[in-house]
Amino acid sequence: MTLMKSLMGAAAAVALTAGAALAEPALIFDLGGKFDKSFNEAAFNGAKRWADQTGKSYREIELQSEAQREQALRRFAEAGANPIITMGFGMADPLSTVAPDYPDTKFVVIDVTWLDAPNLRQVGFAEHEGSYLVGMMAAMASKSGTVGFIGGMDVPLIRHFGCGYAQGAKAVNPDINVVANMTGTTPAAWNDPVKGSELTKAQISQGADVVYAAAGGTGVGVLQTAADEGILSIGVDSNQNHLHPGKVLTSMLKRVDVAVYDAMKAGDEVETGVFTMGLAQEGVGVAMDDNNAELVTEEMSSAVDKARQDIIDGNISVVSYYENDSCPALQF
Amino acid sequence: MEFFVTLIQVFDSTIRLATPLLLACLAGLYSERAGIFDIGLEGKMLMAAFFSAAVAAVTGSVWLGLLAGIASSLALSGLHGLASITFRGNQLISGVAINFLAAGMTVLVAQSWFQQGGRTPSLFGGGRFTPIEFPFAEAISTVPIIGPIYSELLSGHSILVYIAFLMVPLTWWVLYRTRFGLRLRAVGENPAAVDTAGVSVVGLRYAAVAICGVLCGIAGAYLATALQAGFVKEMTAGRGFIALAALIFAKWRPWHAMGACLLFGLLQAVALRFQNIDLGGVVIPVQVMDALPYILTVVILAGFVGKAIPPRAGGEPYVKER
Repeated sequence: MTLMKSLMGAAAAVALTAGAALAEPALIFDLGGKFDKSFNEAAFNGAKRWADQTGKSYREIELQSEAQREQALRRFAEAGANPIITMGFGMADPLSTVAPDYPDTKFVVIDVTWLDAPNLRQVGFAEHEGSYLVGMMAAMASKSGTVGFIGGMDVPLIRHFGCGYAQGAKAVNPDINVVANMTGTTPAAWNDPVKGSELTKAQISQGADVVYAAAGGTGVGVLQTAADEGILSIGVDSNQNHLHPGKVLTSMLKRVDVAVYDAMKAGDEVETGVFTMGLAQEGVGVAMDDNNAELVTEEMSSAVDKARQDIIDGNISVVSYYENDSCPALQF
Repeated sequence: MEFFVTLIQVFDSTIRLATPLLLACLAGLYSERAGIFDIGLEGKMLMAAFFSAAVAAVTGSVWLGLLAGIASSLALSGLHGLASITFRGNQLISGVAINFLAAGMTVLVAQSWFQQGGRTPSLFGGGRFTPIEFPFAEAISTVPIIGPIYSELLSGHSILVYIAFLMVPLTWWVLYRTRFGLRLRAVGENPAAVDTAGVSVVGLRYAAVAICGVLCGIAGAYLATALQAGFVKEMTAGRGFIALAALIFAKWRPWHAMGACLLFGLLQAVALRFQNIDLGGVVIPVQVMDALPYILTVVILAGFVGKAIPPRAGGEPYVKER
């Protein structure tokens, strides 16, 4: 019934706006849900910003199961939504089957860069560049000469984070000791804050006084323990500085909201192809706000600003872990 | 000396990691000794972790949180009892159902109450169990050997850790030195004999399942309000299953259960402290350490190191002869 209603509604809307050729964009959240304080919430924030600024509306759905991925894509496509924005690498397979069926609809996917379809905009992020900057800050804030990295599940993406971090830390202090740990090798590693805490304690006992968590829900335990034990931590994805004000040095931002906002702003004229959002596109960055203002010294922020410019200009090249599946600065 | 310091740190971590295992393991021990298999330990811990964190976050009192955690775990225990004792259902299926129920319910309720993506807000102040410092811990800490052992290893854990370890002699005493314990063990071995003696099999089994619920509740509360400061979805991360493995490894005996949990805790602590262990050329990857509890359990079950014989009436619903 509701499907029928929305289909008819959509048909009416298409008929009404046919002259203006304006279609509503649609946003499909991944399984984490709209309010996950991270990846999906960032997408929601980007969409909300677009809606507030333009006064227009968009359609959205929160996926509840794997099986709904293709169904949701087809439903939005049939209803005439354009572009259809999807989140996460889980959408790669459904998109590769659905996108060719709707050649006139533009699809946008975040965190996927390896598909081949003419009506697809694929957006990846240069996480290693952002991690490089927080690695520099960690090395400058560290008094012990040891900094830590705690990853979630041991996958190339997380090694990619850790690799950039180690390179940044070593750029500031070539003798710095980077202790890197992964929480585990199964998806349970994304949600094991107890293990995150123990890893943090183990790294503290090895001398680390700044730890960077790229570990989803496990990171909650890392940040908590770091705050309890009086060392600094670095958050990831969204701005996590507010979780423990004055205890979180900074957060490595992944501006999913910008990617979503840009796609919605471009509407059905959105450019297709593969795009990587690095520092130059402000796709990644470091979080500076009132919560960490006292932790960030003048020296730190100027060094970070300089490095950011150097990376954009190509004077500093941060090696990506993906290039040859190894890291020059860190042994995993 | 540096080696000694590392050793103390690893043992300290062992105690923290072994505590939830030990509580869940003893919980399973009561239940299985009474003839009720319980693979829902994981689900009960998870439910208790959520409700203890949620109530502690709302009221600001960790003790109310602990009570709520125990109550929620007890409710699931009651469900398990209802399904497997009263209605004589399959105990394994009921346990699996409880695990799924807890995994889904916790996130659903958390999202509906707090809108934080299935988390509870961070706990602070009175909402958390704080470490207990033993008297003179500070003063004695500089004494070599004994100082660090006393001030770092023994002192400085939350009260639930001490409760967990005190539960071990208590469980031994209850099971082997009281009338209730004798009947509890008998009901797991030969319920017909207990029934003939005029003691209620159903009542005893419900009592055992209830004790199991209380202990799982404490274990869950320990995870969410003592080790952590809040609930995160799926935060038990398989500890209920490791506790079950420890129970089999210990052959359903309390002191051995403590040994098994400490051993499994030690394996985890070593895996966290030293990622890949290099034994003179042979590198043991961290995954081996993570898998070792299960491997050891299989070895024990296969009968290579003594035989693990479960309580004879375990898994069998009791039907009175007519």
